[in-house]
Formats: sequence, C-alpha cells, structure tokens
Amino acid sequence: MSAVDQCRISIPSDTAKGQEVQERIVGELERREYPPRDIFGMRLSLEEGIINAIKHGNRNDPQKSVHIEWYISDEKVRVEIEDEGAGFRPEDVPDPTLEENLERPSGRGIMLMKAFLTLVEYNDRGNRLVLEKIRGVDPPGHDD
Amino acid sequence: MSTGQRRIDIEDVGEVTVARFVDKKILDEGNIQIIGNQLFGLVEEDGRMKIVLDFTNVEYLSSAALGKLITLDKKVKKARGKLRLCSIRPEIYEVFAITKLNKLFDIREDQEAALEGL
Repeated sequence: MSAVDQCRISIPSDTAKGQEVQERIVGELERREYPPRDIFGMRLSLEEGIINAIKHGNRNDPQKSVHIEWYISDEKVRVEIEDEGAGFRPEDVPDPTLEENLERPSGRGIMLMKAFLTLVEYNDRGNRLVLEKIRGVDPPGHDD
Repeated sequence: MSTGQRRIDIEDVGEVTVARFVDKKILDEGNIQIIGNQLFGLVEEDGRMKIVLDFTNVEYLSSAALGKLITLDKKVKKARGKLRLCSIRPEIYEVFAITKLNKLFDIREDQEAALEGL
C-alpha cells in the first residue's frame, strides 16, 4: 500500500503544460496498478477537462492560469481543475447524441467524462471541475 | 514537433485510400490539428473519394479528435465519396458508442471488411 499522493499546481494556459500534468497523474495511477479501464477513463477525462479549462475557460489567455489539485490513494483518485474564466452552465451544452446534434463537431467532452468516471461535477460558477474515480467502480448507469 | 510531420500513413489499395493513424494517442490539440489538415487534404486537395481510416495503432482518442472525424465525414459526403473506419479497439469503440457516433460512421471490423464492396 502506497502513501497518498497529493499535490496542487498552477499551469499557464498552455496545452503542453496540461499534457505534463496529465502524464504525472496517469503515471501515478499506473504505478499503483489501477485497472486499464480506470486509467483510460482518467486520461481521457484529464485531457477533456484541462483542454476545456484552457480553451473555453481561460480562452487561451496566456495571462490566466489553470489550477490543478489531485489526491491519489490506492482506492481513489480525485482531481480538481479550476480555470480563471467566467464559468459556464453545463446544462447549456446541447445533448450531442440527439439526431440533430450528431454532426456537430464539439460538445462531447463532458459526456465522455461522465461515462468513465465515478463522479464529474462542476461548481455553481462552472469554472471548477471535480473528477473522481473509485478504483474499479464503474459510474452509475454503466451497463456491462 | 514540426507542423509538416506526417501523422497518417497512406496506402493505395486499388481505388481506395487506406489512411492509418501513426499515433497511439490522438489527444493533444496541436497533433489533432495536423491530423485533421492531413485528412481533409486527402479529400479537398487530392480528390480521393474512397477512404478507409485504420485505427489499429490508436489507444486513446479525445472528443476534439471526434470533431475532426465528423468534419471529415461531412467533406467526404459533400464530395459524394465514401468513408469507412476500421480496426477500432473496444475502449475506443466505446467512445464512439457513448457519443452515438457509431450511428454516424460506417465502422467495420478490420481493413479487409472495410475494403469489401467499397
């Protein structure tokens, strides 16, 4: 059993820096031998969450930062991603699976995160995202 | 990474263009931009009408990459061409299924099946 890995860092609105954080967190999950499905879902969610924070939250403003905090134990990984933007209402994102939206090239990130993680939650302002995965536990409604 | 770097391998099988992704991870924005441009070039510059996208190497795919595939599909349809996807591993297929894009795309088991009757 490994000690909890806990960290808080701030990165500029730069996707390469976001990738570095992603690698650090995923590396820690691999070291703790999380199941491949957990790692797949968390990597995908980190990519979606960090890109959203940089692109839609901070609007690629180099003066703004993204603050990322994580807690990783052998049983659970929790990551919080906060941008310095005005926030948004997740319920305003159109359902990408509706027939009329199927050909829209964007708006699928949140749906993917929810399909793979145990918890995906925004704060009221919509600029802070919480991602949580309990080891080996599929999200509610997952049917296999 | 150079912007001119080839992110897809192209092979001509008869009239069909088989485009195989080089990367294991189609995640980062810059990379996706390059891949998108190379794929769009197949239709818009080279005038290729029958395209098979081979996902053998792909282990990760983000929603931004899905966006590029949707745009490619539109371009191919506009040109009255045909696009098929193949050799998608189960986790990646799940990404298509969750987003219901398995209904939009013509997805085949492997390259042989994708080439059949195209």
